[in-house]
Amino acid sequence: MSLFDLRLSELHNRLHHKEVSVSELVEASLKRIEETDGKIGAFLTLDEAGAKKRASELDGWTGERGLLFGLPAGIKDNIVTEGLRTTCASKFLANYDPIYDAGVVGKLRDAQAVTIGKLNMDEFAMGGSNENSAFRPVRNPWDTERVPGGSSGGSAASVAAGQVYFALGSDTGGSIRQPAAYCGVVGLKPTYGLVSRYGLVAFASSLDQIGPIAKNVEDAAFVLQAIAGHDARDSTSANVDIPDYSAALTGDVKGLRIAVPKEYFGPGIDPQVKERVLEALKVYESMGAVWEEVSLPHTEYAVATYYLLASSEASSNLARFDGVRYGVRADNPANLLDLYRRSRSEGFGPEVKRRIMLGTYALSSGYYDAYYKKAQQVRTLIKRDFDQVFEKFDVVVSPTAPTPAFRLGAQVDDPLTMYMNDICTIPASLAGVPAISIPCGLADGLPVGLQIIGKPFDEATVLRAAHAFEGQTEHHKLRPAL
Amino acid sequence: MSITVKDVEHVANLARLELSEAEKEQFAGQLNAILEYAEKLNELNTEGIEPTSHVLPLYNVMREDEVRPSLPAEKALSNAPEEEDGHFKVPAVLE
Repeated sequence: MSLFDLRLSELHNRLHHKEVSVSELVEASLKRIEETDGKIGAFLTLDEAGAKKRASELDGWTGERGLLFGLPAGIKDNIVTEGLRTTCASKFLANYDPIYDAGVVGKLRDAQAVTIGKLNMDEFAMGGSNENSAFRPVRNPWDTERVPGGSSGGSAASVAAGQVYFALGSDTGGSIRQPAAYCGVVGLKPTYGLVSRYGLVAFASSLDQIGPIAKNVEDAAFVLQAIAGHDARDSTSANVDIPDYSAALTGDVKGLRIAVPKEYFGPGIDPQVKERVLEALKVYESMGAVWEEVSLPHTEYAVATYYLLASSEASSNLARFDGVRYGVRADNPANLLDLYRRSRSEGFGPEVKRRIMLGTYALSSGYYDAYYKKAQQVRTLIKRDFDQVFEKFDVVVSPTAPTPAFRLGAQVDDPLTMYMNDICTIPASLAGVPAISIPCGLADGLPVGLQIIGKPFDEATVLRAAHAFEGQTEHHKLRPAL
Repeated sequence: MSITVKDVEHVANLARLELSEAEKEQFAGQLNAILEYAEKLNELNTEGIEPTSHVLPLYNVMREDEVRPSLPAEKALSNAPEEEDGHFKVPAVLE
C-alpha cells in the first residue's frame, strides 16, 4: 500500500510515531508528480524548494501539531500565494507573483500543510473541461484521452493521480464537484460564506466558494475543518460557529430523509449514471435511510439563470485586468484606451472573452431588466425550491454530472452543450447551499459521481451521509491505472 | 431579437475588448444561441418576485475607521508593467 492510500488519520499516527517523516511524504509527492504529470498536466507551478524547506521545518517541530500537519497539498491557481506564481491559467497573469496570501492559504499554513504547487484550471475558472487553460489542458488520469472536468480539473486530477494528499479548488457552478465526479474523488462545495474568498481571484462573487478535493470523505472533512471560518477581509464571510465535522462522521444514517428530485434524471442523463445513483439509493435504504421522489420545479431554468448572472458578475470583476497595475500590457499603446483594449484582447482566451461579452451585453443599457434582473428573480424561485424541500428532507441526492468524462475536443466548438454539463451542479450554487460529490461506481470504466446537497451551513449532515455511504462501499478505493 | 456584428462591436467597446473580424462573426452567432436559450426564462412570471443578489442574510458589514497597516508602495508596484517614481505609469491621458 502506498503512503497516498492512507487516510489522513492513519497518516497522522505514522507521522506521530515517526514511522514516516514529512520530508519523506513531500519527496514521495514530488516523485509521483515527476512520474505522472507529463501525462496529466495538473501542475502549472511547482514549489519544490519551498516544499522541501517547509518539510524540514516541520520535521523539527516539537509543539502541538496542526490538523493537516505535514500533508502535501496542491492549490488551484486562482488562489493567491505570496511570492508563488498565480496565473489563473491565463496568459494575462502569466508572470504574476502575488504580494499576499489568500485567507485559505494562511489557514493551511496554520494547519501545517505543505504547499507543493499551483494547479491547472480553466482560465479564470470559466469552463467545465480544463481545455480553457491558456497553457495546456489537463488530462483525466482514468483515460488520458478524456477531460478531467473543470474548472478545478488540475485539483481533481492531481488527487486522483496520487500526486498530492488533497487539493483546494473553487466552485462557482460546479467547478469542484464536476471534476471530482469525472476523476473519481471527493469534492465539497461549502455553503456560500463558510470559507473566506479573500485572495480568491473573483469570477462571480455571489457564487464563488473555495472547497476541498480529497480521496475520501474523512479527509475532506479534515480539510474543511481547517479552512472554514469567519474572515473580516471578506465582507460576505459568514460569522457562524464551526462544528466538529469529524465528529459528525458517525456512519449512522438511520432515519435520514433523502429527497430525490425527478428533474435531475431527465433525458440528458446517461442511463449508466442513473443506474449508479439508483444503486446508491438502495445502499442508503439498506442503512435505514428513507428516500422519496420530489420536484424542484425550477431546475430547468437554472443553467440560463446561472450563465446570465455569472457572466454579468465576471464582466464586472474582470474589468480590473486593464494592463496598468499587473498582468500583460500591450506593446506601444497609442493611448490609454488602446492600452486597455489590446492588453485585454491579447491576454484573455476565447471563453473568457465570450463570457465578458455576454455579461456586458446583459448588463448594458436597455437589457438589464430583461436579462440580469430577470435572472436574479428566477434565482429566488430556485432558492425557494430548495427551501421547500428542506422543510421535509435532510438532504437532496442526485447525479453530479449527466455523463462520465467526455473526450478532449468533443465539445469545444459548442459552448451551449458545454454549459449543459453543469445542469446538476448549478442549482445548489444558485441557492448557496453545500453539496458534495462522492464516487458511486463506474460507467464503462469511468467514474460516476453522486451529489449530496444539504441545508445552508449543514455541511455536517452532508458529510455524515457521504461518509456512511463510503463505509458500505468500495468505490472510493478504486484508483486509475496510470 | 438577434445580435448583429454591429451589436458585438458596441458591446466589445463597452468591455474594452478589441476583436478580430472572425471573432466578431463567431461571437455574434454564439451569443445569439446563448441568449435564445436564455429566452426560456420568459416562460416564468416573475412579477413581484424579489431579486436575489446573494444568498446570505448579510447587509452593510461595517467596521471602525481605524488606521491599519497597508502595503508598502514598492510591494504594490512589484507587478506593474511600467512604473515611475513610485507610481503606475500609463500613456498620456490628456493630449
